[in-house]
Amino acid sequence: MKIIVDRHRCIGAGMCVLLAPAVFDQDAVDGKVRLLDPAPPPGALASTREAEQVCPSGAISVVADGDS
Amino acid sequence: MNQPLSDAVELPTTRPSGCPFDPPTELAALRPLVRMNFPDGHRGWLATGYATVRAVFADPRFSVRYELGHSPLADVGPMPPAPPGDMLGVDAPEHTRYRKLLAGKFTVRRMAKLTERIEAITADHLDTMARTGGPVDLIDAFAFPVPALTVCELLGVPAADRDTFRQYVAVVNDMNATTAERTAAYIAGEGYLRKLVATKRAEPTDDMLSDLTDTDLDDDELAGVGTLLLGAGLDTSANMIALGTFALLTHPDQLAELRARPELTDQTIEELMRYLSIVHTSSRTALTDVELDGQLIKAGETVALSVQAANRDPAKFDEPDIFDIRRSAVGHVGFGHGVHQCLGQQLARVEMRIALPALVNRFPTLRLAVPAADIPLRHDMDIYGVHRLPVTW
Repeated sequence: MKIIVDRHRCIGAGMCVLLAPAVFDQDAVDGKVRLLDPAPPPGALASTREAEQVCPSGAISVVADGDS
Repeated sequence: MNQPLSDAVELPTTRPSGCPFDPPTELAALRPLVRMNFPDGHRGWLATGYATVRAVFADPRFSVRYELGHSPLADVGPMPPAPPGDMLGVDAPEHTRYRKLLAGKFTVRRMAKLTERIEAITADHLDTMARTGGPVDLIDAFAFPVPALTVCELLGVPAADRDTFRQYVAVVNDMNATTAERTAAYIAGEGYLRKLVATKRAEPTDDMLSDLTDTDLDDDELAGVGTLLLGAGLDTSANMIALGTFALLTHPDQLAELRARPELTDQTIEELMRYLSIVHTSSRTALTDVELDGQLIKAGETVALSVQAANRDPAKFDEPDIFDIRRSAVGHVGFGHGVHQCLGQQLARVEMRIALPALVNRFPTLRLAVPAADIPLRHDMDIYGVHRLPVTW
Protein backbone atom coordinates (compact mmCIF):
# COMPACT_ATOMS: atom_id res chain seq x y z
CA MET A 1 0.00 0.00 0.00
CA LYS A 2 1.25 3.41 -0.95
CA ILE A 3 -0.26 6.70 0.16
CA ILE A 4 -0.11 10.07 -1.53
CA VAL A 5 -1.30 13.26 0.19
CA ASP A 6 -1.91 16.61 -1.46
CA ARG A 7 -1.16 19.37 1.04
CA HIS A 8 -2.35 21.94 -1.46
CA ARG A 9 -5.89 20.48 -1.42
CA CYS A 10 -5.92 19.71 2.31
CA ILE A 11 -8.15 21.93 4.48
CA GLY A 12 -7.04 20.56 7.85
CA ALA A 13 -10.36 18.98 8.87
CA GLY A 14 -8.49 16.24 10.72
CA MET A 15 -10.63 13.23 9.81
CA CYS A 16 -7.59 11.23 8.70
CA VAL A 17 -5.90 11.79 12.06
CA LEU A 18 -9.01 10.57 13.87
CA LEU A 19 -9.36 7.48 11.72
CA ALA A 20 -5.73 6.46 11.15
CA PRO A 21 -3.51 8.22 13.71
CA ALA A 22 -0.53 5.95 12.98
CA VAL A 23 -0.53 7.03 9.34
CA PHE A 24 -1.57 10.71 9.40
CA ASP A 25 -0.90 13.74 11.54
CA GLN A 26 -1.63 17.45 11.18
CA ASP A 27 0.94 20.21 10.94
CA ALA A 28 0.91 22.23 14.16
CA VAL A 29 1.01 25.55 12.29
CA ASP A 30 -1.34 25.24 9.32
CA GLY A 31 -3.28 22.12 10.34
CA LYS A 32 -2.53 20.41 7.03
CA VAL A 33 -1.92 16.70 6.65
CA ARG A 34 1.46 15.19 7.43
CA LEU A 35 2.12 11.68 6.28
CA LEU A 36 3.71 9.71 9.11
CA ASP A 37 3.94 6.44 7.24
CA PRO A 38 3.83 6.46 3.43
CA ALA A 39 3.77 2.65 3.28
CA PRO A 40 1.79 1.41 6.27
CA PRO A 41 1.31 -2.31 6.97
CA PRO A 42 -1.67 -4.21 5.48
CA GLY A 43 -3.43 -4.05 8.85
CA ALA A 44 -3.84 -0.29 8.40
CA LEU A 45 -5.47 -0.61 4.97
CA ALA A 46 -9.09 -0.41 6.11
CA SER A 47 -8.68 2.71 8.24
CA THR A 48 -6.47 4.39 5.64
CA ARG A 49 -9.03 3.68 2.90
CA GLU A 50 -11.74 5.10 5.16
CA ALA A 51 -9.67 8.26 5.61
CA GLU A 52 -9.32 8.52 1.82
CA GLN A 53 -13.09 8.17 1.38
CA VAL A 54 -14.19 10.68 3.98
CA CYS A 55 -11.50 13.32 3.41
CA PRO A 56 -13.62 16.41 2.67
CA SER A 57 -11.19 17.87 0.16
CA GLY A 58 -10.04 14.69 -1.60
CA ALA A 59 -6.45 15.20 -0.47
CA ILE A 60 -5.62 11.52 0.17
CA SER A 61 -4.98 8.79 -2.41
CA VAL A 62 -4.32 5.20 -1.44
CA VAL A 63 -2.80 2.82 -3.93
CA ALA A 64 -3.11 -0.73 -2.60
CA ASP A 65 -0.57 -3.37 -3.60
CA GLY A 66 -1.87 -5.03 -6.73
CA ASP A 67 -3.79 -1.92 -7.87
CA SER A 68 -2.70 -0.77 -11.27
CA MET B 1 -40.47 36.59 -10.90
CA ASN B 2 -40.44 33.14 -12.45
CA GLN B 3 -43.62 31.11 -12.56
CA PRO B 4 -43.38 28.16 -10.15
CA LEU B 5 -42.59 24.95 -12.02
CA SER B 6 -45.50 22.55 -11.88
CA ASP B 7 -43.17 19.56 -11.71
CA ALA B 8 -41.21 21.09 -8.86
CA VAL B 9 -41.65 20.57 -5.12
CA GLU B 10 -41.46 22.89 -2.18
CA LEU B 11 -39.02 21.97 0.57
CA PRO B 12 -40.81 19.62 2.97
CA THR B 13 -40.29 20.95 6.49
CA THR B 14 -42.87 19.21 8.68
CA ARG B 15 -41.45 16.34 10.67
CA PRO B 16 -43.68 13.30 11.22
CA SER B 17 -45.87 13.69 14.28
CA GLY B 18 -44.38 12.09 17.38
CA CYS B 19 -40.98 11.57 15.69
CA PRO B 20 -38.91 14.60 16.70
CA PHE B 21 -35.67 13.11 15.37
CA ASP B 22 -36.92 12.13 11.91
CA PRO B 23 -36.73 14.28 8.77
CA PRO B 24 -39.98 15.12 6.97
CA THR B 25 -41.28 11.84 5.52
CA GLU B 26 -41.72 13.26 1.99
CA LEU B 27 -37.96 13.78 1.57
CA ALA B 28 -37.33 10.04 1.09
CA ALA B 29 -39.42 9.96 -2.10
CA LEU B 30 -37.45 12.85 -3.62
CA ARG B 31 -34.01 11.23 -3.84
CA PRO B 32 -31.65 11.96 -5.26
CA LEU B 33 -32.36 15.29 -7.02
CA VAL B 34 -35.57 17.12 -7.97
CA ARG B 35 -36.60 20.59 -9.08
CA MET B 36 -37.61 22.84 -6.23
CA ASN B 37 -39.58 26.08 -6.01
CA PHE B 38 -37.78 28.29 -3.49
CA PRO B 39 -39.72 30.50 -1.04
CA ASP B 40 -38.62 33.65 -2.92
CA GLY B 41 -39.88 32.27 -6.26
CA HIS B 42 -36.51 31.04 -7.52
CA ARG B 43 -36.64 27.83 -9.53
CA GLY B 44 -33.80 25.68 -8.32
CA TRP B 45 -33.11 22.17 -7.11
CA LEU B 46 -33.36 19.98 -4.05
CA ALA B 47 -30.65 17.36 -3.47
CA THR B 48 -31.53 14.62 -1.02
CA GLY B 49 -29.36 11.64 -2.01
CA TYR B 50 -26.20 11.09 0.01
CA ALA B 51 -23.90 10.87 -3.02
CA THR B 52 -25.54 13.88 -4.68
CA VAL B 53 -25.37 16.11 -1.61
CA ARG B 54 -21.76 15.11 -1.03
CA ALA B 55 -20.88 15.75 -4.68
CA VAL B 56 -22.31 19.28 -4.59
CA PHE B 57 -20.57 20.08 -1.30
CA ALA B 58 -17.24 19.01 -2.85
CA ASP B 59 -17.61 20.65 -6.28
CA PRO B 60 -15.90 24.04 -6.74
CA ARG B 61 -18.32 24.81 -9.60
CA PHE B 62 -20.87 25.45 -6.84
CA SER B 63 -20.50 28.65 -4.83
CA VAL B 64 -21.34 29.50 -1.22
CA ARG B 65 -21.55 33.26 -1.93
CA TYR B 66 -24.67 34.61 -0.23
CA GLU B 67 -25.34 37.23 -2.90
CA LEU B 68 -25.62 34.56 -5.61
CA GLY B 69 -27.92 32.29 -3.66
CA HIS B 70 -31.54 31.89 -2.60
CA SER B 71 -32.52 30.68 0.83
CA PRO B 72 -34.26 27.29 0.72
CA LEU B 73 -35.88 27.98 4.11
CA ALA B 74 -37.54 31.38 3.86
CA ASP B 75 -38.09 34.33 1.54
CA VAL B 76 -35.37 36.58 2.88
CA GLY B 77 -35.06 38.73 -0.23
CA PRO B 78 -31.74 39.49 -1.90
CA MET B 79 -28.83 38.65 0.37
CA PRO B 80 -25.80 40.92 0.79
CA PRO B 81 -22.29 39.55 0.22
CA ALA B 82 -20.50 38.06 3.22
CA PRO B 83 -19.05 40.70 5.55
CA PRO B 84 -15.26 40.66 6.09
CA GLY B 85 -14.17 37.59 8.04
CA ASP B 86 -17.29 35.54 7.29
CA MET B 87 -15.58 32.62 5.57
CA LEU B 88 -18.87 30.70 5.26
CA GLY B 89 -19.96 33.04 2.48
CA VAL B 90 -16.87 33.26 0.27
CA ASP B 91 -15.23 30.87 -2.20
CA ALA B 92 -11.56 30.30 -3.01
CA PRO B 93 -9.22 32.13 -2.90
CA GLU B 94 -10.72 34.34 -0.14
CA HIS B 95 -11.96 31.29 1.76
CA THR B 96 -8.62 29.53 1.38
CA ARG B 97 -6.82 32.41 3.04
CA TYR B 98 -9.06 32.34 6.13
CA ARG B 99 -9.08 28.56 6.36
CA LYS B 100 -5.28 28.44 6.17
CA LEU B 101 -4.96 30.86 9.08
CA LEU B 102 -7.46 28.99 11.23
CA ALA B 103 -7.05 25.28 10.45
CA GLY B 104 -3.88 24.99 12.53
CA LYS B 105 -5.73 26.30 15.55
CA PHE B 106 -8.42 23.59 15.41
CA THR B 107 -6.36 20.43 14.85
CA VAL B 108 -7.23 17.11 16.46
CA ARG B 109 -4.18 17.43 18.69
CA ARG B 110 -4.93 20.99 19.84
CA MET B 111 -8.53 20.18 20.60
CA ALA B 112 -7.53 17.07 22.54
CA LYS B 113 -5.41 19.33 24.75
CA LEU B 114 -8.61 21.01 25.93
CA THR B 115 -9.86 17.70 27.36
CA GLU B 116 -8.86 18.34 30.95
CA ARG B 117 -10.35 21.81 31.00
CA ILE B 118 -13.63 20.67 29.40
CA GLU B 119 -13.83 17.81 31.90
CA ALA B 120 -13.47 20.33 34.73
CA ILE B 121 -16.16 22.63 33.29
CA THR B 122 -18.44 19.62 32.80
CA ALA B 123 -17.92 18.31 36.34
CA ASP B 124 -18.52 21.76 37.75
CA HIS B 125 -21.92 22.04 36.06
CA LEU B 126 -22.91 18.50 37.01
CA ASP B 127 -22.01 19.27 40.63
CA THR B 128 -24.26 22.32 40.54
CA MET B 129 -27.10 20.25 39.07
CA ALA B 130 -26.65 17.64 41.78
CA ARG B 131 -26.71 20.31 44.48
CA THR B 132 -29.76 22.09 43.05
CA GLY B 133 -31.72 18.91 42.43
CA GLY B 134 -34.16 18.26 39.59
CA PRO B 135 -36.05 19.16 37.64
CA VAL B 136 -33.81 21.51 35.66
CA ASP B 137 -33.81 22.75 32.10
CA LEU B 138 -30.83 20.87 30.70
CA ILE B 139 -30.14 23.63 28.17
CA ASP B 140 -29.61 26.29 30.82
CA ALA B 141 -27.99 24.02 33.40
CA PHE B 142 -25.60 22.12 31.16
CA ALA B 143 -25.97 21.89 27.38
CA PHE B 144 -25.46 25.60 26.71
CA PRO B 145 -22.97 26.66 29.42
CA VAL B 146 -20.45 23.83 28.92
CA PRO B 147 -19.64 24.48 25.24
CA ALA B 148 -20.18 28.22 25.72
CA LEU B 149 -17.60 28.46 28.50
CA THR B 150 -15.25 26.27 26.47
CA VAL B 151 -15.40 28.40 23.33
CA CYS B 152 -15.26 31.65 25.33
CA GLU B 153 -12.08 30.50 27.09
CA LEU B 154 -10.58 29.26 23.83
CA LEU B 155 -11.21 32.54 22.02
CA GLY B 156 -10.59 34.78 25.00
CA VAL B 157 -14.13 36.09 25.50
CA PRO B 158 -15.00 37.09 29.08
CA ALA B 159 -17.45 34.48 30.39
CA ALA B 160 -19.73 37.21 31.72
CA ASP B 161 -20.43 38.39 28.16
CA ARG B 162 -21.60 35.07 26.78
CA ASP B 163 -25.30 35.60 27.50
CA THR B 164 -25.32 38.93 25.68
CA PHE B 165 -23.80 37.28 22.66
CA ARG B 166 -26.22 34.36 22.98
CA GLN B 167 -29.13 36.72 22.31
CA TYR B 168 -27.58 37.87 19.04
CA VAL B 169 -27.01 34.28 17.92
CA ALA B 170 -30.63 33.39 18.70
CA VAL B 171 -31.86 36.09 16.29
CA VAL B 172 -29.30 35.31 13.57
CA ASN B 173 -30.46 31.65 13.51
CA ASP B 174 -34.19 32.37 13.74
CA MET B 175 -35.88 31.46 10.46
CA ASN B 176 -38.83 33.72 11.30
CA ALA B 177 -36.66 36.79 11.83
CA THR B 178 -36.50 39.21 8.92
CA THR B 179 -33.26 39.80 7.05
CA ALA B 180 -33.15 43.27 8.65
CA GLU B 181 -33.50 41.77 12.13
CA ARG B 182 -30.87 39.15 11.45
CA THR B 183 -28.50 41.72 9.99
CA ALA B 184 -28.99 44.02 12.99
CA ALA B 185 -28.24 41.15 15.39
CA TYR B 186 -25.14 40.23 13.38
CA ILE B 187 -23.93 43.83 13.44
CA ALA B 188 -24.49 44.04 17.21
CA GLY B 189 -22.52 40.83 17.75
CA GLU B 190 -19.79 41.98 15.40
CA GLY B 191 -19.62 45.33 17.24
CA TYR B 192 -19.01 43.45 20.46
CA LEU B 193 -16.18 41.45 18.86
CA ARG B 194 -14.70 44.61 17.35
CA LYS B 195 -14.22 46.11 20.81
CA LEU B 196 -12.79 42.86 22.08
CA VAL B 197 -10.32 42.69 19.18
CA ALA B 198 -9.11 46.21 20.00
CA THR B 199 -8.54 45.10 23.59
CA LYS B 200 -6.57 42.04 22.45
CA ARG B 201 -4.41 44.15 20.12
CA ALA B 202 -3.58 46.51 22.98
CA GLU B 203 -3.07 43.80 25.58
CA PRO B 204 -2.70 40.33 24.09
CA THR B 205 -3.62 37.45 26.38
CA ASP B 206 -3.14 33.70 26.01
CA ASP B 207 -6.05 32.90 23.69
CA MET B 208 -6.99 32.44 20.04
CA LEU B 209 -8.21 35.97 19.32
CA SER B 210 -4.95 37.41 20.66
CA ASP B 211 -2.99 34.89 18.54
CA LEU B 212 -4.92 36.00 15.47
CA THR B 213 -3.91 39.63 15.99
CA ASP B 214 -0.46 38.43 14.89
CA THR B 215 -1.74 37.50 11.41
CA ASP B 216 -2.46 39.69 8.39
CA LEU B 217 -6.18 39.84 9.24
CA ASP B 218 -7.27 43.46 9.58
CA ASP B 219 -9.64 44.65 12.31
CA ASP B 220 -12.79 44.15 10.21
CA GLU B 221 -11.76 40.64 9.23
CA LEU B 222 -10.72 39.71 12.73
CA ALA B 223 -14.02 40.93 14.20
CA GLY B 224 -15.87 38.92 11.52
CA VAL B 225 -13.83 35.77 12.17
CA GLY B 226 -14.43 36.15 15.91
CA THR B 227 -18.17 36.62 15.38
CA LEU B 228 -18.33 33.50 13.24
CA LEU B 229 -16.28 31.33 15.61
CA LEU B 230 -18.17 32.44 18.70
CA GLY B 231 -21.57 32.21 17.00
CA ALA B 232 -20.85 28.80 15.52
CA GLY B 233 -19.44 27.51 18.80
CA LEU B 234 -22.42 28.50 20.92
CA ASP B 235 -25.51 27.11 19.28
CA THR B 236 -24.30 23.96 17.59
CA SER B 237 -22.70 21.92 20.37
CA ALA B 238 -25.41 23.04 22.82
CA ASN B 239 -28.13 21.66 20.58
CA MET B 240 -26.23 18.44 19.93
CA ILE B 241 -25.77 17.84 23.66
CA ALA B 242 -29.41 18.61 24.46
CA LEU B 243 -31.01 16.85 21.49
CA GLY B 244 -28.53 13.97 21.89
CA THR B 245 -29.59 13.56 25.51
CA PHE B 246 -33.26 13.64 24.42
CA ALA B 247 -32.54 10.92 21.84
CA LEU B 248 -30.71 8.74 24.36
CA LEU B 249 -33.44 9.14 26.99
CA THR B 250 -36.07 8.04 24.50
CA HIS B 251 -33.95 5.07 23.33
CA PRO B 252 -33.25 3.42 26.70
CA ASP B 253 -31.63 0.33 25.14
CA GLN B 254 -29.06 2.56 23.41
CA LEU B 255 -28.48 4.56 26.57
CA ALA B 256 -27.91 1.35 28.57
CA GLU B 257 -25.46 0.17 25.91
CA LEU B 258 -23.52 3.43 26.07
CA ARG B 259 -23.33 3.30 29.87
CA ALA B 260 -22.18 -0.32 29.78
CA ARG B 261 -19.66 0.11 26.96
CA PRO B 262 -17.81 3.43 27.20
CA GLU B 263 -15.64 2.32 24.27
CA LEU B 264 -18.66 3.05 22.07
CA THR B 265 -18.59 6.76 22.97
CA ASP B 266 -16.84 7.98 19.83
CA GLN B 267 -19.12 6.13 17.46
CA THR B 268 -22.16 7.18 19.50
CA ILE B 269 -21.20 10.78 18.81
CA GLU B 270 -20.88 10.10 15.06
CA GLU B 271 -24.21 8.27 15.05
CA LEU B 272 -25.90 11.16 16.87
CA MET B 273 -24.43 13.57 14.29
CA ARG B 274 -25.87 11.41 11.50
CA TYR B 275 -29.21 10.59 13.10
CA LEU B 276 -29.98 14.11 14.35
CA SER B 277 -28.43 16.24 11.54
CA ILE B 278 -29.12 19.46 13.43
CA VAL B 279 -27.79 21.64 10.58
CA HIS B 280 -30.56 20.14 8.47
CA THR B 281 -30.40 22.12 5.22
CA SER B 282 -27.62 23.87 3.34
CA SER B 283 -27.33 25.24 -0.18
CA ARG B 284 -24.95 26.05 -3.02
CA THR B 285 -25.37 27.96 -6.28
CA ALA B 286 -24.02 26.82 -9.66
CA LEU B 287 -21.37 29.15 -11.13
CA THR B 288 -21.57 27.37 -14.47
CA ASP B 289 -23.79 24.72 -16.07
CA VAL B 290 -23.25 21.43 -14.26
CA GLU B 291 -24.53 17.99 -15.13
CA LEU B 292 -25.50 16.05 -12.04
CA ASP B 293 -27.37 12.74 -11.79
CA GLY B 294 -28.31 13.07 -15.46
CA GLN B 295 -29.88 16.50 -14.97
CA LEU B 296 -28.59 19.87 -16.13
CA ILE B 297 -28.20 22.45 -13.39
CA LYS B 298 -27.84 25.82 -15.05
CA ALA B 299 -25.50 28.58 -13.95
CA GLY B 300 -27.24 30.73 -11.34
CA GLU B 301 -29.53 28.00 -10.05
CA THR B 302 -29.42 27.25 -6.34
CA VAL B 303 -29.37 23.69 -5.04
CA ALA B 304 -30.86 23.11 -1.59
CA LEU B 305 -28.85 20.38 0.14
CA SER B 306 -30.89 18.31 2.56
CA VAL B 307 -28.27 17.14 5.03
CA GLN B 308 -30.90 15.29 7.04
CA ALA B 309 -32.13 13.37 3.98
CA ALA B 310 -28.55 12.55 2.90
CA ASN B 311 -27.77 11.17 6.34
CA ARG B 312 -30.85 8.92 6.15
CA ASP B 313 -30.11 7.61 2.64
CA PRO B 314 -30.42 3.78 2.63
CA ALA B 315 -27.92 3.67 -0.23
CA LYS B 316 -25.27 4.78 2.27
CA PHE B 317 -26.51 3.65 5.70
CA ASP B 318 -28.33 0.36 6.40
CA GLU B 319 -31.69 0.89 8.09
CA PRO B 320 -30.96 4.61 8.24
CA ASP B 321 -33.97 5.50 10.38
CA ILE B 322 -32.76 3.29 13.23
CA PHE B 323 -30.64 5.01 15.88
CA ASP B 324 -27.92 2.47 16.57
CA ILE B 325 -24.76 3.37 18.45
CA ARG B 326 -23.14 0.09 17.36
CA ARG B 327 -22.99 1.19 13.72
CA SER B 328 -20.16 3.14 12.12
CA ALA B 329 -21.69 6.41 10.93
CA VAL B 330 -18.33 7.65 9.62
CA GLY B 331 -18.82 9.52 6.37
CA HIS B 332 -22.03 11.28 7.49
CA VAL B 333 -22.38 14.82 6.22
CA GLY B 334 -23.48 16.28 9.55
CA PHE B 335 -20.45 18.60 9.51
CA GLY B 336 -20.86 19.20 5.78
CA HIS B 337 -18.28 18.10 3.23
CA GLY B 338 -15.81 19.76 0.88
CA VAL B 339 -13.58 22.72 1.68
CA HIS B 340 -16.22 24.37 3.90
CA GLN B 341 -16.61 21.34 6.15
CA CYS B 342 -16.97 22.51 9.76
CA LEU B 343 -13.75 24.08 11.03
CA GLY B 344 -14.70 23.42 14.65
CA GLN B 345 -15.68 19.78 14.22
CA GLN B 346 -12.82 18.41 16.33
CA LEU B 347 -13.73 20.80 19.13
CA ALA B 348 -17.37 19.71 18.89
CA ARG B 349 -16.33 16.06 19.06
CA VAL B 350 -14.24 16.59 22.20
CA GLU B 351 -17.08 18.53 23.85
CA MET B 352 -19.68 15.88 23.04
CA ARG B 353 -17.53 12.91 23.95
CA ILE B 354 -16.85 14.40 27.37
CA ALA B 355 -20.23 15.98 28.17
CA LEU B 356 -22.70 13.28 27.13
CA PRO B 357 -21.18 10.26 28.96
CA ALA B 358 -20.41 12.39 32.02
CA LEU B 359 -24.05 13.49 32.23
CA VAL B 360 -25.64 10.07 31.83
CA ASN B 361 -23.16 8.38 34.17
CA ARG B 362 -23.42 11.02 36.87
CA PHE B 363 -27.22 10.62 36.99
CA PRO B 364 -28.10 6.94 36.48
CA THR B 365 -31.82 7.74 36.87
CA LEU B 366 -31.78 10.71 34.48
CA ARG B 367 -35.17 11.08 32.78
CA LEU B 368 -37.42 13.61 31.08
CA ALA B 369 -39.41 15.66 33.59
CA VAL B 370 -42.30 16.11 31.15
CA PRO B 371 -43.81 13.80 28.51
CA ALA B 372 -41.61 13.57 25.39
CA ALA B 373 -44.44 15.08 23.33
CA ASP B 374 -44.28 18.27 25.41
CA ILE B 375 -40.61 19.05 24.67
CA PRO B 376 -40.53 22.29 22.59
CA LEU B 377 -38.59 21.60 19.39
CA ARG B 378 -36.67 24.12 17.32
CA HIS B 379 -38.77 23.79 14.16
CA ASP B 380 -38.24 27.49 13.67
CA MET B 381 -34.44 27.58 13.67
CA ASP B 382 -31.66 26.99 11.13
CA ILE B 383 -30.11 24.72 13.73
CA TYR B 384 -32.50 22.07 15.01
CA GLY B 385 -32.73 21.02 18.63
CA VAL B 386 -34.88 21.74 21.65
CA HIS B 387 -35.79 25.10 23.12
CA ARG B 388 -35.91 23.55 26.59
CA LEU B 389 -35.26 20.08 27.96
CA PRO B 390 -36.73 19.62 31.44
CA VAL B 391 -35.01 16.64 33.09
CA THR B 392 -34.88 15.16 36.55
CA TRP B 393 -33.21 12.16 38.24
